[in-house]
Amino acid sequence: MTPLLEVRHITKEYPGCRANDRVNLCIDMGEIHALLGENGAGKSTLMKIIYGVVQPDEGELLWRGMPVNIKGPAHARQLGIGMVFQHFSLFDTLSVLENILLSLPAHEARDRLRVLRQLDDMGKRYGMHLDPHRPVSTLSTGERQRVELIRALLNEPQLLILDEPTSVLTPQECEGLFASLRKLAADGCSILFISHKLQEVKDLCQRATILRGGCVVDELDPRETDIDTMAARMVGSGTATHATTRPGVQGEAAISVHHLTLPGFSSHEVGVRDVSFTAYKGEILGIAGVAGNGQACMLRALSGEQLSQSDDVRIGARGIGRLNPAQRRKLGMAVVPEDRLGRGAVPDMTLVENALLTAADQGLVKKGVIQHGALRDWTSQLCKLFKVKTAGIDAQARSLSGGNLQKFIIGREVLQQPAVLVASHPTWGVDIGSAVAIREALLTLRDQGCAVIILSEDLDELFEISDRMTALCHGQLAPIKARQDTSVEEVGRWMGGDFSDTPPAAESSAIAAATAAHSDLPQENRHAQA
Amino acid sequence: MDMDLITNILFAAVRTGTPLLLVAIGELICERAGVLNLGQEGMMLMGAVLGFIAALTTGSIVTGFVVAALAGVLMSLLFGFLALTLSTNQYATGLALAIFGGGLSAFIGQPFVGKPVDGLHAIVIPYLSDIPLIGKALFAQDGMVYLSFILVPALAWMLKNSRPGLIIRAAGESPDSLHALGHRVMMVRYLAVMFGGAMAGLAGGYLSLAYTPMWNEGMTAGRGWIALALVVFAGWQLGRLMLGAYLFGLASILHLVFQGLGFDISPSLLAMMPYVATILVLVVLSRSRDNPALQAPAAIGKPWRPVH
Repeated sequence: MTPLLEVRHITKEYPGCRANDRVNLCIDMGEIHALLGENGAGKSTLMKIIYGVVQPDEGELLWRGMPVNIKGPAHARQLGIGMVFQHFSLFDTLSVLENILLSLPAHEARDRLRVLRQLDDMGKRYGMHLDPHRPVSTLSTGERQRVELIRALLNEPQLLILDEPTSVLTPQECEGLFASLRKLAADGCSILFISHKLQEVKDLCQRATILRGGCVVDELDPRETDIDTMAARMVGSGTATHATTRPGVQGEAAISVHHLTLPGFSSHEVGVRDVSFTAYKGEILGIAGVAGNGQACMLRALSGEQLSQSDDVRIGARGIGRLNPAQRRKLGMAVVPEDRLGRGAVPDMTLVENALLTAADQGLVKKGVIQHGALRDWTSQLCKLFKVKTAGIDAQARSLSGGNLQKFIIGREVLQQPAVLVASHPTWGVDIGSAVAIREALLTLRDQGCAVIILSEDLDELFEISDRMTALCHGQLAPIKARQDTSVEEVGRWMGGDFSDTPPAAESSAIAAATAAHSDLPQENRHAQA
Repeated sequence: MDMDLITNILFAAVRTGTPLLLVAIGELICERAGVLNLGQEGMMLMGAVLGFIAALTTGSIVTGFVVAALAGVLMSLLFGFLALTLSTNQYATGLALAIFGGGLSAFIGQPFVGKPVDGLHAIVIPYLSDIPLIGKALFAQDGMVYLSFILVPALAWMLKNSRPGLIIRAAGESPDSLHALGHRVMMVRYLAVMFGGAMAGLAGGYLSLAYTPMWNEGMTAGRGWIALALVVFAGWQLGRLMLGAYLFGLASILHLVFQGLGFDISPSLLAMMPYVATILVLVVLSRSRDNPALQAPAAIGKPWRPVH
C-alpha cells in the first residue's frame, strides 16, 4: 500500500542550528503516528514543513506517492492536510461559529445554516459538543481546542497534524480528545500526533518516530515498547531520565504557617482553611493536590500576593503576613508561580530584563542605576548554568519553549540563593530533559540549606524529590509525613480528602472522585497558562 | 423655546455632527481592522482644500466631493505605505500625517481663501420633512447627511453579519491567526485604511463644500481629533458613534443659541462645551468595562508583518 505521506531526507537549517537533518517519515492511511522528541528536537519544524508554513532546504515530500511541493497552509489544506497548533489561532472576541466561518472558503461560509448543521453532526459523531454562539473568550482550554479541531475537520482532511495537543488539557479532557481521535482514525483519517508525553503515545499511537537533535533516531511500535526505553531513545544515552534521589538534612525552621484561613479570589476559587505547617532548612516539602483545591491561594499567601494576619505566616520568628512580595523577597523568599508567561516572566521583555525583575538586588542595580554589564553577565551565566536554550539573552521571554523558560525562571530564583523557595508545578508541561534539570536544581538548592516548598499534581515528581509530603484538598492540609513513611496510595487518599490513618478499601477511587469533583477547576488554572 | 427653534436646533445639530460622523465612521472601520490612523485631521484638510478647488474650477459640487474623497485616499495610502508596508510606528506616522496635511493644505489653499462656492443643496423629502420636531432634521438635509444615514446601519450590519465584516474584525483581533487561515491581512488593512481616507476626505469636503462653503486654513477645527476620541468612547460601535456625533453637533449649536440668548458665560467656556459634553457623555456610556463588545480591538496600533 502506498503511504499517505512520505517525507524523504528533509533538511532544514536555521542560522546556528540544523533543525531537521535528513529526516524520513512515513504515515499510512488511517494510522495514528506519533512524532516524539524533546523540545528543540525538530518536531515543530518538521510539522511546519509538512503544513507548508516553512520550506525545506533539501529533501522531498510524497503525497499519496506523488512528489509535492507544498507552497503554503492553503495548499496543504487543499491537499487534505489539517493542522491543530499548540497555540490556538482563535479570535477571542468572535463566536465559535464566526471562528469557524473564517476558516472556510467564501462559498461554503455563505450558508450558515449548513455550517451549523455540520457542526452539530460533528459534535454528535466525535463527541465534541459546542455552543456555536458562545464567544471563544468564555470557553475553557479544552473547548477551545475542540473549536480548532472542528475547524480542521470541516476541511475533511486525510491527514490531521496535532501539535502537543494534550499539553494544555486536564486528564479528563485528554480522555475525551483521545476518544474523538480514535473514532476519527477509524473513519480513515491519518493522524500525526506530536508529543513528548510517553504514556499517551503508548495509549493512542500505532507507530512512533523519535527525533533527537533534528535526526530520526528510531521508529518503533509504542504499544510494544516500554516507556523507559522510549524515554532513553528520546533524550539520548547518557542523559538521565530521573533526578538522583537523595535524602536531605533537615535544619532549623525556615518558614511556618499558623492556622491560616483565607478566602479564594473569586467565588469559584477554593481558599485555604486552618492550614499549619513548618518547612525546615535543607528539606523539600511536597504539597500534593489536584489543582483547584486551594493551591493558588496558598501560593499567593506565601508569596505575598494575598495578605493575611501578620503572624499567620512567619519566616523564623518574624510575622510576614502583612508584607508585600518585594519585602518578602528581601527576607530571602523566592517564588516560582505555575504561570510562566505573565506571572513568572513578562512575555514581551527580554531575558535580561526579566532577570533584572527579581534579581535586582544581586548587585545589578546601584544607586537606582542599572548596571548593564553586570546584568548581562549575570543573565548569560544563568543561561549557561541552567542550560537555557535561547537565541541569545536578548530574546523575548515568549520566544522560549516552556521547558527552557521554566529553567530560566527557576535558575533566576535559585542563583539568588534564597532561604525559602516556593514553586508551583515546577515541571508542568516541560520535557523530560528539562524536568530532570529542574529537579536537580531544586535538590541542589535544598542541599545548600534552602527550604523548598513544592505544590504539584505530579505524584511521581513529588516522590522523586520530596523529603516530607502532604496534600491539599478543599483548602485543608493533610498530615505531613516523611516520604519513606508514606506511599503513593496514602498521598492519593489525602488528595481525595481522606486524611484518616486507616487505609479504606477503595483507595484509587478517592483520587478519581477528587479529580472528577474538581474537573472544572483545574481548567481555570490551565487557562491562565495557555 | 418655541417649536420652530427646537426644530431648527435639531436640524443644525445633525448637520454639524455630520462631518464628525463621516470621519469617525472611516476611523472606526480602520481601527476595527487593527490600524490606528491619527492623521484624520490632515486627511480631512486635504479633502477640504482639494475638493473645494475642484468644485470651484469645474463648477461641479459632485466633482468636488469625488476629488475630496480621492485626496483622502491618497493621503491614507501614504500612511498605509509607511505604517503597513514599512511597519513604522502607527502613532508617530499618524501624527506626522496630521501635521503634514495641515501644512500642505494651507499651502495649496492660499490663493483660494475667502473665495465663494455654491454649496451643496438640501434635498427636501416631501411630507416626511413636515413631521414636527424631527422632520426637518432627518428629511430636509443634503445628500451627504443621507449618505451617513445609510452608511451607519449598513456598515454596522456588515461588521456583524457579513464575511468581509468578519474578516475586518478578525484582522483587528488577531492578524496572525487570520494570516494562518490564509486570508490576506495586508490587503484587508490597506482597504480599511483607504476607506478611512475616503471618509475623512468626504468629511473635509463636507466642511468646505456644504457646511461653510468656502476654504479656510485649518477649517476642520480639531474635528479629526475629536473623531478619534469619539471612536474610543463609542466602544467601536457605529450606533454609539452616531449618537456621539450628533451630541457634539447639538452642543455646538447650543453654544451658539446660548450666545444668542445673551447668557453671561464667557464665550471661550461656551466654545469648549461641545468637546466637553461629548466626551463626558461617552465616558459615562463606555464605563461598562466588562462588556466585551465595547473593548478595543486587541491588535490595534500594532505593526504586523507576515512571518515566513
